[in-house]
Amino acid sequence: MGIISRYRLRLARKRWLIRAFRKRRELRSIALRAEAIRSSDILLFSTLRNEKVRLPYFLKYYRQLGVNHFLIVDNDSDDGSREYLAAQPDVSLWTTRHSYKRSRFGVDWLNWLQMRYGHEHWCLVVDPDEFFVYPFCDTRPLRALTDWLDASNIKSFPAMLLDMYPKGPLDAQPYHEGQDPFEIAQYFDSGNYILQRNRRFGNLWIQGGPRARTFFANDPEQAPALNKIPLVRWRREYAYVSSTHMLLPRGLNQVYDEWGGEKASGILLHAKFLDTFAIKAEEEMRRGEHYAASAEYKAYKAGLDAQPDMWCKWSEKYINWRQLEILGLMSKGNWA
Amino acid sequence: MTVGFVMLCHTALSRAAQVARHWAERNCPVVIHVDRRVSSSEFNELRTELADLGNVKFSARHACEWGTWGIVAASQDASSLMLREFPSVRHVYLASGSCLPLRPVEDLVAYLDERPKTDFIESVTTEDVGWTVGGLDFERFTLRFPFSWRKQRELFDFYVWLQRKVGFRRRIPLGLVPHLGSQWWCLTRKTLSSILEHPEREKIDAYFRKVWIPDESYFQTLVRQHSLNVESRSLTLSKFDFQGKPHIFYDDHLQLLRKSDCFVARKIWPEADKLYSVFLSDDRSRQASAEPNPGKIDRLFSKAVERRTKGRPGLYMQSRFPNENWENGRTAGPYSVFCGFSDVFENFEVWLSKASGSRVHGHLFAKERVEFAGGETTFNGALSDSAAIRDYDPKNFLTNLIWNTRGERQCFQFGPADTQDLNWFLALDANAHVSVISGAWAVSLFQSNLNFGDIRREAARLQKAEMEFLNVLRSGYAKARVRVWTLAEFVENPMEPLQTIIDEIGPRHGRRLTEAPRMADLSGFGQFLQNLRNQGMQPILMGDFPVGDDPSPKTTRRGRPYLVK
Repeated sequence: MGIISRYRLRLARKRWLIRAFRKRRELRSIALRAEAIRSSDILLFSTLRNEKVRLPYFLKYYRQLGVNHFLIVDNDSDDGSREYLAAQPDVSLWTTRHSYKRSRFGVDWLNWLQMRYGHEHWCLVVDPDEFFVYPFCDTRPLRALTDWLDASNIKSFPAMLLDMYPKGPLDAQPYHEGQDPFEIAQYFDSGNYILQRNRRFGNLWIQGGPRARTFFANDPEQAPALNKIPLVRWRREYAYVSSTHMLLPRGLNQVYDEWGGEKASGILLHAKFLDTFAIKAEEEMRRGEHYAASAEYKAYKAGLDAQPDMWCKWSEKYINWRQLEILGLMSKGNWA
Repeated sequence: MTVGFVMLCHTALSRAAQVARHWAERNCPVVIHVDRRVSSSEFNELRTELADLGNVKFSARHACEWGTWGIVAASQDASSLMLREFPSVRHVYLASGSCLPLRPVEDLVAYLDERPKTDFIESVTTEDVGWTVGGLDFERFTLRFPFSWRKQRELFDFYVWLQRKVGFRRRIPLGLVPHLGSQWWCLTRKTLSSILEHPEREKIDAYFRKVWIPDESYFQTLVRQHSLNVESRSLTLSKFDFQGKPHIFYDDHLQLLRKSDCFVARKIWPEADKLYSVFLSDDRSRQASAEPNPGKIDRLFSKAVERRTKGRPGLYMQSRFPNENWENGRTAGPYSVFCGFSDVFENFEVWLSKASGSRVHGHLFAKERVEFAGGETTFNGALSDSAAIRDYDPKNFLTNLIWNTRGERQCFQFGPADTQDLNWFLALDANAHVSVISGAWAVSLFQSNLNFGDIRREAARLQKAEMEFLNVLRSGYAKARVRVWTLAEFVENPMEPLQTIIDEIGPRHGRRLTEAPRMADLSGFGQFLQNLRNQGMQPILMGDFPVGDDPSPKTTRRGRPYLVK
């Protein structure tokens, strides 16, 4: 990587930061409890729209892991999400009616909030349907992981998105508020992921899984990216470039070992494919506020109409993180 | 007589206080050194917390940056204080603030009582240490290190390089023989006092001040001058990872730590509540055993180091994506590739699967779709039979397949009509066992009912593709195990190659083939090749098939007698 392309990336980073700074005006604070944040706290950032049904379990899950404070942007919900979140003691909430798409799918808003509140904190950036799993998460709290990362001088921690799905049609088992979504969406694809290196940003580009298999079998290049780096020891000069898929400076994307070893990594269990999905897909198609004019949702809609079952006989039933480790989807690295 | 603990603390002081109280209340004096970089309010808090204990003292504070003299100075001062203040102490045990006693302190006292003259300190000559990170072992003693390794790495490296270039060497004073070892020791009063009261201590200290990481060499070297009875091991269980950073213990290590029978472990995560409450309680049910035995923990941590440095062969994932030739195994296990066999034999897949007990696929790289065994549309790991997904990244497809089926041998058919993108990958993979009957693709053309013009064109295309494939397999870089027969050779005597292949695949060694697969009818094949020649296309890969002299079909029914040792 030459000096010129490095300088270009630096400019790109500055540009994203300036953009995030300008977009701060779009956010209106509803409940600001950020002064309660202590210097060692682990923070969680999220953007959402109409996710009321998911929120109780989402908050419970991350509180149990040891997240100390939630900083959430509500994009014009009308299902009671806003009121619910505003009443939570450990949530700071902002709301906006501006375009999700024009804030680069929420990245600008969160980049601003992280710049403002995340400096020198461990920050976890996840969607309300993403559940973070890391090595030893059943016996060690998130703080054990971040302490270990600090001691090892590791600044960013990867967690691939793992699409979970139920057996049978998506709407066969309705999800109710507070329920563990993985009681329904129990299955995942264990070994059909495609990895490529993105030379410009230095990250891996991962595609595949059930979405590629069922919705994009003829067009795998269009399948959504699954690589994510959700946990970062944040500094105000950092910026997410595209969702949490990659960051700048690019050194933060170097979360994989290139000399044969394994670095530690986690998984984001993705509870997207529940009965709520069809409604969401329809709404998002109408709004056209998602990536590539919601092309993904169009593909889903077509796929769902044709083949309602994502399950196949080789689908793996989820047990725990050790299973994911053995299958090679995540790794303990040298954490023991 | 008893043992006194010197504790070096810099973080999680409340945990250190808990441990100090545990020891002090059991009649073991404690001297605590707190890093000077810790704020005075925290330090005072610790003092008041332990104020009720008469046998806890605090020594003069030094700044203890990793790898610098401060740690040695702190140990010296604290040890002197210990020896001066507590005359009943016979052994001094150097511990850190993140250490935790695993066995009752009475056990340790009894253990030391049985060995009153033994000094427990890991002390190894520089030639024999295998664990120094960064490759500096003897040079720690002969170069100067004015720059911080952590904060000024480039300067540090440059200065080391410069000294090597110039040929600079420090002289080691007083005939000291450099030794290295873990910084956590337990020394007798006699040895420790002779080190601390050495007449030339000033000179020695001045020398060690500029040695790199003196805490791993100061006492380790000097003990050899004074002690007659060095037991070269540390009583503290402490494991290091591949960067030389100590592994941390958590609540889930409880059983392992219990079974280790070590006296003290480091380093404990400050929030490991269960470990602290279990090991600091007076629970007598823990059975004592004489000798520390950290075998299991050793294995756990050495596995972790291996995972981090070597990884699992054949695995490509989000945190392991090796550069080419650094894979430590391109694929997860051996597999077999068959070229031309399904053309020469009818139902070769079924036969092979029976004969070898392995999974036999059709043409995995066929143009239209992935021909998984049994015509399945998905396979292990939910691999799809979509040709588009496979061709998006064929290498990923193959490595995934082999990874997903660890423990079960995979065989698949391959031919010049398939996607050829993976030729180099196969050739360079030591796990690939490639068996080729060259020119066998012509049999399918021979049996097909196409226009002869089309056949001729197709034959030319396939021959070219196969020649390229064979050239790749024959390249000097190829690591795959390759066997090539011409069609003519193979048809002459098919049983011997088949037996070799089966022996190689099958776990059931020594089994003789009783049933041969049925060979395709080749009568008229020689004429067919001649027709191709007559049309101006030169079929060369098949070997020699004279016109009219068709191979006899006798081999299709039963194999030749095959000698088994």
